[in-house]
Amino acid sequence: MIQFENVCKHYGSNVVVDRLNLDVEQGNLVTLIGASGCGKTTTLKMVNRIIEPTSGKIIVNGENVLKQDPVQLRRGIGYVIQQIGLFPNMTISENITVVGQLLGWSKSRMLSRAEELLSLVDMEPAIYMNRYPNELSGGQQQRIGVLRALAADPETILMDEPFGALDPITRDQLQNEFKNLQTQLHKTILFVTHDMDEALKMADTIVLMRDGKLVQAASPEDMLRNPADDYVVNFIGLDRTLRSPDEVLVEESMIPDPVTIEINRGLAEGLERMRKRRVDSLLVVSHDKILSGIVTIKDLQQNLAKGGRIGDVMSKDPTTIHIGNTVREAVLEMARTGVGYLPVIDDHNKLKGLITRASLVNVLSDVLWSNPEAQPEGSASDRAKEVQVR
Amino acid sequence: MMNLLGAATALFPIQMTSKSSVFARVVKVISDNPDEFLTALGQHVFNLVLIPVLLAIVVAVPLGILATRHAVLEKVFLTIVNILQTIPSLALLTLLIVLGLGIGTRPAIVALFLYSLLPILRNTVVGIKNVDPFLKEAALGMGMTGWQRLRMIEMPLAFSVIMGGIRTAAVICIGTGTLAAYIGAGGLGQFIVRGLNFFREELLLVGAVPSALLALLTDYLLGRFERKVTPRGLAIGDRPGHQQ
Repeated sequence: MIQFENVCKHYGSNVVVDRLNLDVEQGNLVTLIGASGCGKTTTLKMVNRIIEPTSGKIIVNGENVLKQDPVQLRRGIGYVIQQIGLFPNMTISENITVVGQLLGWSKSRMLSRAEELLSLVDMEPAIYMNRYPNELSGGQQQRIGVLRALAADPETILMDEPFGALDPITRDQLQNEFKNLQTQLHKTILFVTHDMDEALKMADTIVLMRDGKLVQAASPEDMLRNPADDYVVNFIGLDRTLRSPDEVLVEESMIPDPVTIEINRGLAEGLERMRKRRVDSLLVVSHDKILSGIVTIKDLQQNLAKGGRIGDVMSKDPTTIHIGNTVREAVLEMARTGVGYLPVIDDHNKLKGLITRASLVNVLSDVLWSNPEAQPEGSASDRAKEVQVR
Repeated sequence: MMNLLGAATALFPIQMTSKSSVFARVVKVISDNPDEFLTALGQHVFNLVLIPVLLAIVVAVPLGILATRHAVLEKVFLTIVNILQTIPSLALLTLLIVLGLGIGTRPAIVALFLYSLLPILRNTVVGIKNVDPFLKEAALGMGMTGWQRLRMIEMPLAFSVIMGGIRTAAVICIGTGTLAAYIGAGGLGQFIVRGLNFFREELLLVGAVPSALLALLTDYLLGRFERKVTPRGLAIGDRPGHQQ
């Protein structure tokens, strides 16, 4: 458990962390998030006294860190940094057990611990123990970085943007792995990130900071549902906040630049455009992007021999929806008419975009996610279970 | 000392076979006087390179480490060794005689030691300071003491840079050491001095060519040594422990 009591950090007249009060419960993963310069990293580094607080108390497992020998304190707290920071002159096994070495572990104890941890992340010990960090990929290196923090089995772990330097696919993998690991290990973790998706994925509690102050501390679902103020909404991003389909407007979920064709073009050109853009229908527009109709691949193929213009074969007066309507209205309209897509137009019949079933999925999945009872299998349901457990 | 002139005459038999090539004459001088040549070479290697460089390592590496801990010390130390380096070699040798070290091997060792300080001290400072700050932070965060950080992280990662300084120092000593013959410290410089005095080209080359070869060989061997003792993790690819 980590407790911050009125913690301040000043650099001269510059206040970096301002009277921070925060409890990280035992076994919880708390993410500190905020724009750069908000004091999140400083807050993290004050826990293991890489940075000394100006005033206030930080209590780890019941003891004030400022009253402890910093070297002993750090050996008892796991630490993972964004730049990975594996020691290039040491083997993987030496890197993993470096804290054990500092604590005076025996050789055999260090070896068996390294083997055990490598197996935990499915890295074959026989292959990796004696390799050096620069023989590993970035993702493997950061796995080792995490194992190094776990090696001496500390109760508390500090992670400073641990997956920030990885490519998106590897990052996602490591996030999942670490989340699984955490469900087994139940460490008390303070985790700095600037990535809201990561915070939503990893955190039991998200702490949003701004200018050294705590803005809001809440579970991911709570923060999405009840953001404390406009700053939080802005930071989360409007599209992530959980809103009902009555609140989301069609222009937020439409495809803004659907494939169109001008009314006076030839049929062959229409087919060619469909082929190129891999669509089976085109929105037909006149000059000024006024919507005139819709032409499907069937219309074109049936009339190709006869020749003519797009305008001759299109179906006029397609079902449309106006901008300013809600997603709920769009869904109802699609259900009523049985069409798979709705062109979005403004008051002057000008084409603004296209709503398709696919473009609705994002919005709808958020809506479903916010409603645990209506949730089928899948990762979102895991999240929902956590909500209920909590 | 006594044999300086004697040896010169011994090496200067009046047989002006100037028709044969310079190279052949150089070889002949050496093969006619193997003991004297080997003695001079030994003096050069031990008195004028090994001893001053080892002394400089013992002094400059700890001072360099100290300098990385205090910005003021870094400035003071580097200024001093920089000034030392700007004193012309002959002037420094003379100065040391005037300062009471007399002539012979002793002032030569002191002078070469002083010259060796700069490259070793500077490279120690640069090598340690250039260790990736994130590695230093990781080491700190793991709970290493200052001494452990130095021993386990900073010195291994700075090693090749410090070795570079030692190589430079050794090469400086081999070159500058030839001047030590002027103050009676022996070494390969004796042949150069004599060659200049007697206008004997081959005699001059007996000093100059082996010194040059010695410099190249030393640099090569130290390079080999460095690669041999560098941990495998640092030898693979470009040096990961340092900032670009």
